[in-house]
Amino acid sequence: MAVIEIKNVAKTFGSYQALHDINLTIADQEFMVLLGASGCGKSTLLRIICGLETASEGEVWIGGRRVDHLPPKDRGISMVFQNYAVFPHLTVFENIGFGLRMQKMPDDDVKRRVERTAGLMHIDQLLSRYSGELSGGQRQRVAVARALAMEPDVILMDEPLSNLDALLRMEMRAELKGVLAESNTTAIYVTHDQVEAMSMADRISVMHEGKIVQAASPIEVYRNPAAEFVAGFIGNPPMNFLDATPQGGGKYTVAGHSFDGPSAANSNLQFAIRPEDMKLSDDGLQAVAKVVEPLGAHLLVTCELDGKLFRAILDSEMQVKPGDVLKLAPMPDRIRWFDPATTLAVA
Amino acid sequence: MNPRLLPYFLIFPVTLFLCLFFLYPFVLVSQEAFSNENGYNLDNFREVTSYWKFPISLKNTFLLAAAVVPVQLALSLLMATMVNRMKRGRDLILYIWTIPLGISDLAAGIIWLAIFEQSGFLNSMLGGLGLIDSPTNFLSYQTPVMVFVAIMLAEIWRATAIMLVILVAGIGLIPKEYYEAGEVFGASPWQRFLKITLPLLRPSLQTALVLRVILAFEVFAVVQALGGTLFPVLMGETYAYQFDLLDGGAAAAIALIILAISITFTLIIMRALRVPKGATI
Repeated sequence: MAVIEIKNVAKTFGSYQALHDINLTIADQEFMVLLGASGCGKSTLLRIICGLETASEGEVWIGGRRVDHLPPKDRGISMVFQNYAVFPHLTVFENIGFGLRMQKMPDDDVKRRVERTAGLMHIDQLLSRYSGELSGGQRQRVAVARALAMEPDVILMDEPLSNLDALLRMEMRAELKGVLAESNTTAIYVTHDQVEAMSMADRISVMHEGKIVQAASPIEVYRNPAAEFVAGFIGNPPMNFLDATPQGGGKYTVAGHSFDGPSAANSNLQFAIRPEDMKLSDDGLQAVAKVVEPLGAHLLVTCELDGKLFRAILDSEMQVKPGDVLKLAPMPDRIRWFDPATTLAVA
Repeated sequence: MNPRLLPYFLIFPVTLFLCLFFLYPFVLVSQEAFSNENGYNLDNFREVTSYWKFPISLKNTFLLAAAVVPVQLALSLLMATMVNRMKRGRDLILYIWTIPLGISDLAAGIIWLAIFEQSGFLNSMLGGLGLIDSPTNFLSYQTPVMVFVAIMLAEIWRATAIMLVILVAGIGLIPKEYYEAGEVFGASPWQRFLKITLPLLRPSLQTALVLRVILAFEVFAVVQALGGTLFPVLMGETYAYQFDLLDGGAAAAIALIILAISITFTLIIMRALRVPKGATI
């Protein structure tokens, strides 16, 4: 149980600036996901919070205590590593109890804690095995159990599910979320997988080039991306963008049609709409279908519209062939606008 | 060519080489050891083990191995850990530290003789500093401890690098994440060394120790150069039987005794440092 405050944290590696002035507050027992492409600085930020890396500037506070000068073990954290880092020379029992042994906890207490957390992660049958005898999923469970056994204030996870196959990942996602919610810990979870982020997070911090672009609830990040990067990163397929020219009076021309837009701005903007937020209508934007992908639940059509690629998700019953002309009408309340100069959202 | 036969074809030359120049002589030596003019018997073994120098050379060989190998193990572990932490100049340091590997053991013995003998560097240095009035003979029958220490130093100087190279390679194979996990879960640097490095280094430790222990039981030239007859060792006795006493049977018997000791220690080390199934990196 702890609030985490990251104040003006920056990190440079030689001449490369990995993190720029990061400010983030994570509430007690919140599940915060750091989401971004590889190289965006999310793992570096996690390692700074953890203490495996030192910030070049700024402060890290956990539970009202400044911790950036403390070694990892004194920060009240524990961590799940991407490659699990389950010690191969120790049994599952000794792996889970490793941190407790380092604290010189009495044997009886270690046993009780290890058995309880192993039960929680459904690995109580494996306690005498070595990691070489475990599957990837089981090793993952050991890594999580080892972190939970410490009963930390904060649990840090660095792409913990990225080495599992798709089915197992989905299963572990739900299970992890449940276990962490019950353990009352604050969690920071690093991933590049937006589905993981959307499904698990209380709040997502989308990172790009060493900055936090947006920190908000999953639905907010999805519906109201704060910047073009977020709109283009979140969602599969991502948002569509079209050029918009102002007519004055809050009206904009997009692909020959007129739309109501932000009245304050009177410059060229980017018009953005999610592929699923379109209806077929006679007064819609004219698009020529290029590629048609039936995905079962729906039909993904990649079209050309105003000289750009434009994706639409349509009902799977629709009959569309490449070359067909579609009339796509964006749902007015789902249209978003971005300023190409700042790449930020304009209301 | 049949792909199933290809591997056998490829290892054939080396197998032939080993059979011709290793297995065949080994059979001959064994034959010689277990026979004399009266046919096959254990006379040669009886002869060498009942000779008054045998217990001394056996004791000396073991004593030297027991004194040298643990020091070398500790030193090479320390050096390997240090090298592994270096960011720059790592290769250079490693090359310098492994220079003694390129020097023959007799040459190494002579280098250390040049230090310890009556007109050696140590005497001139101590004399120059005014600590001694006249050169002393460090390596005489009156100073057996000094002789032992000199041999020990020369052996440590000469043969630590072979362990170092193996351990450096072994430490390099341990993933960094284990150390990070150790740090996060509260292990101090010393605990990380004890609880992570050492156990994960077992396969390399096995190789390094087996190699080093075998070489320790075969110690010869360094001892000859520094101790001569003052410090008899098993291999020296083998040499004496073969070339001074021209008793090939007895020399073969001692050689087999050394082999038996080496095999025993190899098995002990393998057993002590074995990695349980499923517990490898």
